[in-house]
Amino acid sequence: MTQLTDLTLAHARLGLRNKHFSAVELTQAYLDAMAKAKPLNAYITETPELALAQAKAADARLAKSEAGALEGLPIAIKDLFCTAGVRTTAGSKILGSFVPPYESTVSAKLKAAGAVMLGKANLDEFAMGSANITSHFGPVENPWKSKRDPQARLVPGGSSGGSAAAVAAKIALAATGTDTGGSIRQPASFCGIVGIKPTYGRCSRYGIVAFASSLDQAGPMARTVEDAALMLVAMAGHDPLDSTSAPQPVPDFAAAINRGVQGLKVGVPKEYRPDGLDPAIARLWDQGLEWLVAAGAKVVPVSLPHTSYALATYYIVAPAEASSNLARYDGVRFGLRVGGETLDDLYRKTRAEGFGTEVRRRILIGTYVLSAGYYDAYYAKAQKVRALIAKDFRQAFDQVDCLLTPTAPSAAFAIGANSDDPITMYLNDVFTVPTSLAGLPGLSLPAGLSADGLPLGLQLIGRPFDEETLFAAAQVIENAAGLFPVAGGRP
Amino acid sequence: MSLDNATVRTIANLARIEVPEADLPHLAKELSTILGWVEQLGQVNTEGVAPLASVTGELALPWRADAVTDGAYPDKILANAPEAANGFFLVPKVVE
Amino acid sequence: MSDSAYRVEGQTGTWEVVIGLEVHAQVISKAKLFSGAAADFGALPNSQVSFVDAAFPGMLPVINETCVEQAVRTGLGLKAAINPISVFARKNYFYADLPAGYQISQYDKPIVGEGTVLLDLADGKTRAVGIERLHLEQDAGKSLHDQHPSKSYIDLNRAGVALMEIVSKPDLRSPEEAGAYLRKLRSILRYLGTCDGNMEEGSMRCDINVSVRHPGEPLRTRCEVKNVNSVRFVMQAIEAEATRQVELYESGGTVVQETRLYDPAKGETRSMRSKEHAHDYRYFPDPDLLPLVLAPDFVARIKASLPELPDEKKERFMRDYGLSPYDAGVLVTDRAAADYYEAVAKGRDPKTAANYVMGDLFGALNRTGRTIENPPVAAQALGQLIDRIGDGTLSGRLAKEVFELMVETGKDADALIAEKGLKQVTDTGAIETAIDQVMAANADKVAEYRSGKDKLFGFFVGQVMKATQGKANPALVNDLLKRKLAG
Repeated sequence: MTQLTDLTLAHARLGLRNKHFSAVELTQAYLDAMAKAKPLNAYITETPELALAQAKAADARLAKSEAGALEGLPIAIKDLFCTAGVRTTAGSKILGSFVPPYESTVSAKLKAAGAVMLGKANLDEFAMGSANITSHFGPVENPWKSKRDPQARLVPGGSSGGSAAAVAAKIALAATGTDTGGSIRQPASFCGIVGIKPTYGRCSRYGIVAFASSLDQAGPMARTVEDAALMLVAMAGHDPLDSTSAPQPVPDFAAAINRGVQGLKVGVPKEYRPDGLDPAIARLWDQGLEWLVAAGAKVVPVSLPHTSYALATYYIVAPAEASSNLARYDGVRFGLRVGGETLDDLYRKTRAEGFGTEVRRRILIGTYVLSAGYYDAYYAKAQKVRALIAKDFRQAFDQVDCLLTPTAPSAAFAIGANSDDPITMYLNDVFTVPTSLAGLPGLSLPAGLSADGLPLGLQLIGRPFDEETLFAAAQVIENAAGLFPVAGGRP
Repeated sequence: MSLDNATVRTIANLARIEVPEADLPHLAKELSTILGWVEQLGQVNTEGVAPLASVTGELALPWRADAVTDGAYPDKILANAPEAANGFFLVPKVVE
Repeated sequence: MSDSAYRVEGQTGTWEVVIGLEVHAQVISKAKLFSGAAADFGALPNSQVSFVDAAFPGMLPVINETCVEQAVRTGLGLKAAINPISVFARKNYFYADLPAGYQISQYDKPIVGEGTVLLDLADGKTRAVGIERLHLEQDAGKSLHDQHPSKSYIDLNRAGVALMEIVSKPDLRSPEEAGAYLRKLRSILRYLGTCDGNMEEGSMRCDINVSVRHPGEPLRTRCEVKNVNSVRFVMQAIEAEATRQVELYESGGTVVQETRLYDPAKGETRSMRSKEHAHDYRYFPDPDLLPLVLAPDFVARIKASLPELPDEKKERFMRDYGLSPYDAGVLVTDRAAADYYEAVAKGRDPKTAANYVMGDLFGALNRTGRTIENPPVAAQALGQLIDRIGDGTLSGRLAKEVFELMVETGKDADALIAEKGLKQVTDTGAIETAIDQVMAANADKVAEYRSGKDKLFGFFVGQVMKATQGKANPALVNDLLKRKLAG
């Protein structure tokens, strides 16, 4: 029997409008599922009462045919988006009891569209991580299991690991994520769902706890390409409260999914096929290209010569910005305070105690690369290489309409793996970081399974503000590859 | 770049993060490894390249009208404060 | 350098003082630089604070257009280059009243570049002082240290208010020049309406860079004296700091570059040890803001709207009213005073008008504590008084008396003349009668005068004026006395 939680967002939307079930029933189904899926630790804060109240209000509007675009649809909000009156932690002890008196623009837009908030999704602390193991509130478990080692608890990817796990485990219809270097796309790939990091400036950053301001971008995570498109329409749009928000009209992304790819030129960057790339991933990539070609697209080899420098660039720029963005967590106005004799003592103890290992590490790196005598060698140099990386993409887009690459260099791995050495963990983002540095839109969708039966994603990269092409191409791949519900049903 | 304990102590002080002396050697090694890794950028020829601080392209900095539209909610400002009194935030006494 | 150059005489020789000033001027605007919270003084603690100002998670800055306009206006008033592209940078440091852990400021790309301020010197000459730059930045909050034995109280009402930091070149050479620079800068800012220039309230604050050297030497190490809040203290602080440095050098020591504070009670500067541990501000472009781009027509429009500034006004006063450089300089310092003067001088003798404004009126302002915007005697009323001198109704002496009565009573000159019968006596007969009486009462002095003691003439004038209660026309008294005394 099909359960309510099996419906896609698009189908649930129809079901609500056609009164097949109520928003309260749908929300209750999700709350029940959440109760059973606690071991995944996908949520930091669940808001069942708020959700039911919102669902009730949604039913009232549905009855009066005043429904918003996402009326009555239960979703998860990454706990990096400030939500008025609901604790917002950023996965950190330092904000462990912070209750914002204001709402982020993106979550406010979703609310205004009628979406029901189930709770705040777990994440890597301050969105710094690629496995969701740095959260102060514990790691998130991927609902997928490896065929080779079914006992192993796998990571969902990060930093939007709670959002990805919740969507994959069907304890949220969709979720918001944020992506700084791959934090939407890599967990989407690990959990077999669709995630898109839109063009920098497409979604407002107002009210999203900042990690690296020049890279941070919100986006949706959903079970299908269409669901992601419906979510992004509601989330996107110019915001005068964010100086970097683009005054661009928001196209009907959901309408773009049926455009097809006839005549579309799809670039294949050779630098994304390094020696030692997992053969399963390489095969899947080729398969993806074949699907697009079969639908009328043309494959064009391109080169992005500075690709291999992107990670190093990112690990200068992002920590530098983070070191400054996180200076406000000082125990004075909000958040944790660990007492000290003097103000400096208070700062030092609060920040040592309030931040986890990875956050402290990045703050220290960021502080160092900005410090006197090192700025030019590290930060200024990285911003120059960043300019070259962006130029690589501009030149490629002179020849092609979009790019197809793998999303991540591997499938999900076990909790505890890859954590001995920070750099090994950083390598997870090798295919997603260049797009972030250039501010371009990138969409990840599941396209196949690894030998261990774990989902693998492909990434589509587009021109600035041309998310529509990505949705069109993604729909073609999704049609060919099918959906990837968690093997074995639900956890 | 290989960081010594003293440099790590200085950075930690700038960042106002307490690091126990015993942790310095380990941290110095870890940070040195990361810095050594990012130094691969030295191989890239960036002569004549302008640094890219923002990817927003031609977007101009938007301006706000000079109008009082915000503030006047001291209770909300102080609501999350670890220590407050009489409308002020409180911190250990700062000696000038 | 002229012979009158300021020098500190040490035991080993003569020292020259090199001074540069960094002035923080609060921009006149309704809201803060990057938020919609109010920017005015005096509200309850933390009541003019937005979540942006308090640096809450996820809050973002959006720049106030008026603050940009005010900075450009000030730049143009300082005859400075306006940079079409400037960049906001973060200056990172921890302090209790700096909520974000960084101040949004401008670093290597300020909004305004090099300019000039003309100093009006005491001898009527002018001297050009270079402006290095002007940039926009946020003010910090306020820490109160005297409210509690072990706590500091933090009020963020000031946090985020727009400041212009105006940096001079190290062109100043004496406390007097530094004072003249500050007064001139304040005058220009007030003319432009970009800062109220009130140092006592803190809307204009000054950091002083001081070094000393033997004339002709290259620059030596400088010290920065922070946060001095009056022109007088700036001048005193320079003298104290220069003396300290000279004594240090002459006793075999060296000056260490550091931040110091001036203690007006002790008349000395002292090291700010709390700021001593190495600062490293880690400036980098603020990724929450894009470069600030100024369109040429935006700058042109502001330029076209600039008022006549003190230097041009001074030129015009000298040219059109024939005033001395000194008088013109004094009158244009304050725009309202200059306007007042022009209203009085219009159609009248400009020199008399200048004397009355600078002497009697300014004196009355000092005495009564009133301002030129709200004077005890309106410009029109002072004009009428001067007209009564011109038409012979009042002598100069009577006019001064009438002016004082105008200050006291608020009545106009004609009313007071009528009321008090202060009209000058020009009736020859009445004056002759008075002279005859005085001569009769002082026959001995008349004889002495006639025997050659000319100096007694003044005595007779005085007696006649006394007899007429000062109302006699002095010129007539002179004429008639001379004739009668001559016999």
